[in-house]
Amino acid sequence: MTATTTPYAELKAPTTARRLLTAPTTGPLVALLLACAFFSLSTDQFLTGGNFSLIVQQVMVVGTLAIGQTLIILTAGIDLSCGAVMAFGSIVIAKMAAEGSLPPLLAIALGIAVCAGFGLLNGLLVQKIPLPPFIVTLGMLNVAFALTHIYSEEQTVTNLPGPLTALGQTFPLGHTDITYGSLVTIALFLLLAYTLSSTGWGRHVYALGNSQEAARLNGIRTSRLTIGIYTVAGLLYGIAAVLLISRTGVGDPQAGQTDNLDSITAVVLGGTSLFGGRGSVLGTFIGVLIVGVFRNGLQLMGVASIYQTLITGVLVILAVTVDQISRKKAR
Amino acid sequence: MPRTTRLSSSLLRAAAVTGVAALTLTACGSGSGSGSGSAGSGSGSVKVGLITKTDTNPFFVKMKEGAEKAAKENGAQLVTAAGKFDGDNAGQVTAIENMVASGVKGILITPSDSKAIVPAIAKARAKGVLVIALDTPTEPQSAVDALFATDNLHAGELIGEYAKAAMKGKTAKIATLDLAPGVSVGVQRHNGFLKGFGATDKDVLCAQDTGGDQAKGQTAMENCLQKNPDINLVYTINEPAALGAYTALKAKGREKDVLIVSVDGGCTGTQAVKDGKIAATSQQYPLKMAAEGVKAVVTYAKDGKKASGYTDTGVTLISDKAQAGVTSKDTGFGLQNCWG
Repeated sequence: MTATTTPYAELKAPTTARRLLTAPTTGPLVALLLACAFFSLSTDQFLTGGNFSLIVQQVMVVGTLAIGQTLIILTAGIDLSCGAVMAFGSIVIAKMAAEGSLPPLLAIALGIAVCAGFGLLNGLLVQKIPLPPFIVTLGMLNVAFALTHIYSEEQTVTNLPGPLTALGQTFPLGHTDITYGSLVTIALFLLLAYTLSSTGWGRHVYALGNSQEAARLNGIRTSRLTIGIYTVAGLLYGIAAVLLISRTGVGDPQAGQTDNLDSITAVVLGGTSLFGGRGSVLGTFIGVLIVGVFRNGLQLMGVASIYQTLITGVLVILAVTVDQISRKKAR
Repeated sequence: MPRTTRLSSSLLRAAAVTGVAALTLTACGSGSGSGSGSAGSGSGSVKVGLITKTDTNPFFVKMKEGAEKAAKENGAQLVTAAGKFDGDNAGQVTAIENMVASGVKGILITPSDSKAIVPAIAKARAKGVLVIALDTPTEPQSAVDALFATDNLHAGELIGEYAKAAMKGKTAKIATLDLAPGVSVGVQRHNGFLKGFGATDKDVLCAQDTGGDQAKGQTAMENCLQKNPDINLVYTINEPAALGAYTALKAKGREKDVLIVSVDGGCTGTQAVKDGKIAATSQQYPLKMAAEGVKAVVTYAKDGKKASGYTDTGVTLISDKAQAGVTSKDTGFGLQNCWG
């Protein structure tokens, strides 16, 4: 980060220690490490490479959705349609490749494009009419959900051609097996984290989230930016669709029904403010891992899944409480 | 934002985190306490996994009860998981993976999606885990080692035959309150009912999906009555849907002259048969499915013998208005054995 291009760097350069303490991801990171420590002590099976690889595999779909969700929440928006859009994309890909005659790669490209199209549409409605993101994406949730069920005729698509599930294949790393999809997800997180923290576009996203009016007066083309953010989010949902297919090996019209809420959970746990302008994609990655670690760890301990729901709920309320209190103090 | 507040917000977070950690400890403590003993320590006992469609459906609660009891009797350790909603395939896949990682010897699963779950089951079986489907078969059925379930077609046939006898002399105007498109349990019961009654889908005046939900059952019945006010025979996928239908019929003053038949046989449902709200129901036995499943896993752990094929866990027609030529038991028997 150079001082000349980063507005935030106008603050005095903090010491490394202070920087670590004040970074917005510190809280979530501590929570994640505590959870890991707890589960490592509680079960023999938790602290193994194979298990960590498993957790990453399990969270990669929601994780990829959550990247898009983070972008939108940073603008003080919200996207309720992400899971449904992903499900539609995955059915388009599966049907085109398995039953249509499209080559797998073309089917994937088409599915991603369809999802990006949904994102574009969300963005246009939010920006041009304009409508509240909550309402637009609530409507789009139902549209995408219905289209998924109509187009799939309620049938799960099986017998997918090999290339569609390629990302679900594993390669050995030491004693564990890593899926290619996990790498894609991690790469996407790093790419978006870099984009947000170190490019003009990224800084504009934060500026927009802090105050659309101020951003506009500063010469940011807020309309184009907003539409762009929703489109990029849609694109990410399309990639999530590919990851989903590769993970389950089928095209499932029932998929993604709670993924919108799960992605919001991850964003919130990662320390991103629902009021916009504050947070990070890396925080979201930690948030996603927190949920994955709890689910996996509690299962390994033999705790019934209803407790996972209970704990996730409490975690979310705590995270938002902390966000609210810190905002009040900042005022 | 001034740096001091950023620091304090961070400290706040840390404080919150500590609170959560404490909460986790208590929650986990109570969780494993009420369950079947603490994990990890019982390295000697056989670990059995049970994955249901949801945590909250009474049918699966009963199934869990049966599994817990059988686990205790056989010195096995039971771990359970469930999807977040009926149809949550991804949740069940995750549960299978976590259970395999935790070292279960066998998994009992009620698949939310008969087809979509197959690859995940294949992975578990490849690692030597015995997988038994409970209640709902996979597609293909051979994707699991064994299936312990109600013969849903037969369950439907029984109430179809009952309805045929009870409607004797009247022209049937049929409504069916079904489960959801493409779900095998619902399709089999529906087809069984029609087969037992000697009707076809063309004879059905109104067919609606209810998801097996009472409120949706009521709405569906209201709509059916709006369309065809003279409906006099209602097939329902389960008793919640049947009770919804009853509420709708009662609002129209039609509860006495419309025959409702159902499948399931839960305690609430059987009571509704006793109260005369439902004429007859086919009672099934989830507790038995789970208990047999646990036993099969324990056997596999002991001598490596895998359960295979289909085991019919039985179904009994329950009614207090017995019809000539149709074998049934009364609600006294039904209430004693509800979901037993």
